[in-house]
Amino acid sequence: MALSDVKVLGSWPSPFVLRPRIALHLKSVNYEYIEENLLESKSELLLKSNPVFKKVPVLLHGDKPICESLIIVQYIDEVWSSGPSILPSDPYERANSRFWAAYIDEKWFPALRGVLAAESEDAKKAAIAQVEEGLVLLEEAFGKLSQGKPFFGGDQIGYLDIALGSFLVWLKVIEKISEMKLLTEAKTRCLLEWAHRFSSHVAVKDVMPEADKLAEFGVKLRAKILKARAIPK
Amino acid sequence: MSKEELVILDCWVSPFCMGVKIALAEKGLEYEAREEDLFGGKSDLLLNSNPIYMKVPVLLHQAKPLCESTIIVNYIDETWPSPPLLPPCSYGRAQARFWADFIDKKLFDAGCNIWRSKGEAPEEAKREVIEILKQLEEALREKAFFGGDTFEFVDIITVPVTSWFHAIEKFGNFKVEDECPKFSAWMKRCMQRETVAKVLPNPEKVYEFLIMFRKMQGIE
Repeated sequence: MALSDVKVLGSWPSPFVLRPRIALHLKSVNYEYIEENLLESKSELLLKSNPVFKKVPVLLHGDKPICESLIIVQYIDEVWSSGPSILPSDPYERANSRFWAAYIDEKWFPALRGVLAAESEDAKKAAIAQVEEGLVLLEEAFGKLSQGKPFFGGDQIGYLDIALGSFLVWLKVIEKISEMKLLTEAKTRCLLEWAHRFSSHVAVKDVMPEADKLAEFGVKLRAKILKARAIPK
Repeated sequence: MSKEELVILDCWVSPFCMGVKIALAEKGLEYEAREEDLFGGKSDLLLNSNPIYMKVPVLLHQAKPLCESTIIVNYIDETWPSPPLLPPCSYGRAQARFWADFIDKKLFDAGCNIWRSKGEAPEEAKREVIEILKQLEEALREKAFFGGDTFEFVDIITVPVTSWFHAIEKFGNFKVEDECPKFSAWMKRCMQRETVAKVLPNPEKVYEFLIMFRKMQGIE
């Protein structure tokens, strides 16, 4: 397949963009990566490809746009079926993977974002507590789903590894802002070890952003969020 | 399959529970529905089966719990593949998942913004619901159902919320049929399906429920 047949519209700081990229790497699929600047206005291609949400990532397969990171990962898993499987084959295990991925996106990520965007010390503390609570739940889930193997997906990186792993560098940034470790030996030992394994995986390490660069971006993003809140509606 | 194998922890008025029941009916599956008393106190079974969200629906298949309606519907489709609820091609499936996700995240909450407001419903809330329905009309185009000729995944996820529309129209003082006639026509087509007609509650009952619920919450 020609390189230009598979494109990813993305933005380097976005954890959601990492997901399709990791999935494509796992499947050894070549693709063209097109960078969108999240802090400036959106490109025509993005607006045309994702008119509903106008967000990255978008996968362009030929002329077909696919949106929403986890939906894209499932699409990649189905289309390039000869590569290693991303979702488990058993329907109950698939449901569990989807459940925890949805939890990460709907409950845990907003708390993580809440630390970055907190306007007061109290709000920051509350958000940090939620992040920690979530990580304890995910530690438990890891125990049950990995069944003693290195990843949520078992021997290989799977759907839930990608869903959570894509946030690892942002988690480092949030640890810096909170001035505390959120993944710890004491409470989340398995996740801590998993995080090292995931981050150094050949399909992952070249796409993860640098923590310092992301932290700098985090400062700009926080300023943008707080400014937007201050504008009277 | 015996009834004991499939149990749904249910609530008659929850559109999320309705979606699961419609999916089970479409597959011709028998199940036991156990009504949860959401005001009287949730059952131990619910709290143990869904400790993260403590919400209905929960589907218990051979005592194994499954939570979150869209995930449950996917599970039902994968475990009992016939008749299929998702299109055969990967792109069609991605589109179906996209719209189901969109509806799940947006439609119900937007509707709630109308009936949850004290006094007159804010114009912004009404505009949001209409905008969402217009986006769904775009996705529907000239097709009979979101799935094309056949009633499928997106239809199953969407149609339950429409049982709340009569109430939302009353509180919001507008009519879906006037604003979104294509969507309204799709609703009527879905209601002709036995699986849908049997599961969806009487919209007047939903309206009465919301009146009572508003009083309980101190919204008048």
